[in-house]
Amino acid sequence: MSPATLRAAFIEELTTVAPDIDPAMVGDDDNLQSDLGLDSMDFLNLITALHKRFALPIPEADYPQLATTALAVGYLSTAVRSGS
Amino acid sequence: MGLFVMPSLGADMEVGKLVEWLVGPGSAVKRGDIVAVVETQKGAIEIEIFEPGTVVELLAEPDQVLPVGAPLARIRAPGEFDVKSSPAVGPPMAKLPVPDTLPQLLAQAAPSRPVPAPTAARAAGGPKPSSPAARQRAAEAGLDLTTVEGSGPGGAVLLSDVERCLAVTPSPAAPMRAATASKGKPGIDMVEMRKAIAAAMSRAKREIPHYYLSHEVDLQRASDWMGAQNAIRAPGARLLMGALFVKATAHALAKVPELNGRNENGIFTASERVNAGLAIAMRGGGLIAPAIMEADQSSLDQVMDAMRGLVVRTRAGRLRNAELTLGTITVSSMGESGVDALLGVIYPPQVALVGFGAPRVRPMIVDGTLVPHVAVTATLAADHRVSDGRRGALLLTEIERRLQEPETL
Repeated sequence: MSPATLRAAFIEELTTVAPDIDPAMVGDDDNLQSDLGLDSMDFLNLITALHKRFALPIPEADYPQLATTALAVGYLSTAVRSGS
Repeated sequence: MGLFVMPSLGADMEVGKLVEWLVGPGSAVKRGDIVAVVETQKGAIEIEIFEPGTVVELLAEPDQVLPVGAPLARIRAPGEFDVKSSPAVGPPMAKLPVPDTLPQLLAQAAPSRPVPAPTAARAAGGPKPSSPAARQRAAEAGLDLTTVEGSGPGGAVLLSDVERCLAVTPSPAAPMRAATASKGKPGIDMVEMRKAIAAAMSRAKREIPHYYLSHEVDLQRASDWMGAQNAIRAPGARLLMGALFVKATAHALAKVPELNGRNENGIFTASERVNAGLAIAMRGGGLIAPAIMEADQSSLDQVMDAMRGLVVRTRAGRLRNAELTLGTITVSSMGESGVDALLGVIYPPQVALVGFGAPRVRPMIVDGTLVPHVAVTATLAADHRVSDGRRGALLLTEIERRLQEPETL
């Protein structure tokens, strides 16, 4: 899966969890919690959605690797590749 | 023959705008069915009905703004005759002479546009959930939301769906977007939400003699236990510390029942059940505190599921009236990042608010030894007309005790 595809999928799940966020306004380096205003429940719901979509375990210890869109796309790309 | 009326969704609500009917004439309804969606300062709220029966007639149309108490529908109770066929019975149920719009009360920044003829089809088609942002954007552009395919939870129409639809079918109203987008986050009208918060909080500070208590609680055991649980759970079943706080508070209230209930017209009524209002911050400002119903009767996992549901539905603009009106106490939790302590303002007619700051590792003395432990500052804001500091202190120490036994929550 290309980074662009992964990013689109990530943004789709993000804006499903946070429907008030305009996808066009999400910067790659925006911190999901401090910049985009996700609370811990929103973040957990996002992790849950990514877990379902990509069949990845995403343990709590990995949460910091999904703190921004850029980090998350990198994490997902590595994890999806090593999982398949 | 019963009347289904515009409910009051809080002391601060005067009017509501009927967004859509989920039933039509002839629909059978039972207690707890969601029959309509009403837009208030707190976003769109799903309205449940509490009397079973059959809908005889709808008395209000979508997009009408109606005062609290205005009749919305006539409901025939089970076993009752259909008086519609005998017009001599009872006073005529004329529609109330209410204005179609009260823009100053339910402001939409954009001027209202003619909305495509509503209802029969929509009601028959069942619920079509949509987010507040999607509704606002659609209203701005004069787009009929029923024509938009939803990609959100349960087919909910999201802002992105509306944008996609508008990109395909450009609307003459499109240039307006720049003007409205610049005023802040899309979605709930912030001016109106601030007014609602101002009204409720001013009333609280004017009428309720608050007293405050604060207590530092060792969370190391709870934190270790939750970490071990989450390590073996899929994300969808993981816990957040906020759920432990709610559950510990619900347990502790059994010992101090005078902190759980409602103080209305100067009379306090303790509640048998704990409906724990959960303060949820809105992005862009404002907050809503829908209740986790019967948190005392629910398991920790059930409380966690209920919290997830409340947050998702708050974001999507799909709360239910019972959740907004039947809270008996509020729990406000700072979450993982933030400051040490939160001193709350009670949400009337409740009589207490329990606040939890952001947990962090602090120097603690355990059995005479200085150790780094995760800890949280728990606070209580309580109504001095109903309780005193000594009883309030018992609540916080009981919460502390329960949090030392996380496996029993």
